Amino acid sequence: MVVCCYAGEGIRMYFKTQLCDLLNIEYPLIQGAMAWIAGGRLAAAVSQAGGLGVIGASGAQRDWLKQEIDTVRRHTTKPFGVNLMLAAPNIEELVKLIIEEQVPVVTTGGGNPGPYMETLKQAGVKVIPVVASVALAKRLSRLGAAAIIAEGTESGGHIGEMTTMCLVPMVVDAVEVPVIAAGGIADGRGFMAALALGAQGVQMGTRFICAEECNVSDAYREKVIKAKDRDTLVCGQATGHPVRAIHNRFTREYLKLEKTGAGKEELEELGRGRYPAAAVEGKVDEGSVLAGQICGLVSKVQSAEEIVLDVIKDACRVKSLLGGIACQSQD
Amino acid sequence: MSVFEELRKIIVEIKDIPEEDIQLESKFAEDLEADSLDIVEMLMLLEEQFDIQIPEEEAAKLKTVQQVVDYVEARLNA
Repeated sequence: MVVCCYAGEGIRMYFKTQLCDLLNIEYPLIQGAMAWIAGGRLAAAVSQAGGLGVIGASGAQRDWLKQEIDTVRRHTTKPFGVNLMLAAPNIEELVKLIIEEQVPVVTTGGGNPGPYMETLKQAGVKVIPVVASVALAKRLSRLGAAAIIAEGTESGGHIGEMTTMCLVPMVVDAVEVPVIAAGGIADGRGFMAALALGAQGVQMGTRFICAEECNVSDAYREKVIKAKDRDTLVCGQATGHPVRAIHNRFTREYLKLEKTGAGKEELEELGRGRYPAAAVEGKVDEGSVLAGQICGLVSKVQSAEEIVLDVIKDACRVKSLLGGIACQSQD
Repeated sequence: MSVFEELRKIIVEIKDIPEEDIQLESKFAEDLEADSLDIVEMLMLLEEQFDIQIPEEEAAKLKTVQQVVDYVEARLNA
């Protein structure tokens, strides 16, 4: 059941689903963990605002992650999460750190968290895998996932093939645990649509790229703000690991090579290091500007708190609008 | 129906490839163009079909049709 209430400017809003109880958070809104740029400052700000902030530890070293966890703890006492890329070579070390630090939530991508699920669960960490298929959602919920993030192809970065609209209700029907919708959500309309599909919450990444606390280059943010509806495309279908990015000089060069039928190694070589080049160094022409399709809806830089409250307030508005639609069931 | 025949049927269902292309020595990734999500789907259907559970550490080792057939047969005879 969804209970929500917006009583006016300055009065604390209320928006509760099953996911809030599970994660001990105020609003069922999870911040997507963008690698390199979603650090402790962003995670802390999102959690402090009532959502679940998540540190993007994909490709990170242990010491960096430790430092970011400390940053979160300096700014908030509320729950937060860490996102792990399971194919990372130092994954064991990071899992150990997460257990030592008693991080409340881990979200996972880039592989099957099966082998680490038990270890993390035993340590009291809630594991929430990001999935793009019903079969994997079923398998991971059986292995003990606390919830499932069903991520559609609208998302930025590594993506699957199913759209959010189709994937979410299928995953909802297939598993017992709460489902979190991701991909293509940036405001209260998308948020309520996800709930209508049966999700108990949403994960948003692209809009948080434009949060003040996000550790991203100004040029990257500018690209996201300027982007319109048709400005993202998918690179790397041929490698088996497709990635969504905003089109630029690099994607043109990459797609040209891909069209020649170039091999996996050659394509991977061309793509190496391109994302941090754009995200950290601000080289948005030769770098890879990962973002979701919904970037066309992201139009300004705001604090993470403003983003969270804006989405929830908008969701309350949409919910009352929907309540106003006249209909009657027959039974 | 033998385990191999059942497995073949499952792979045909998932990948839509001709049955004769699926041989005991076929490798999932290289020969059958199965990605990781295809393999998870295959595992789930196998589990349902033979009423077994395949643990993750075992699942990770299964790279060829022969390996799956051997694994399932061993489980069924255990």
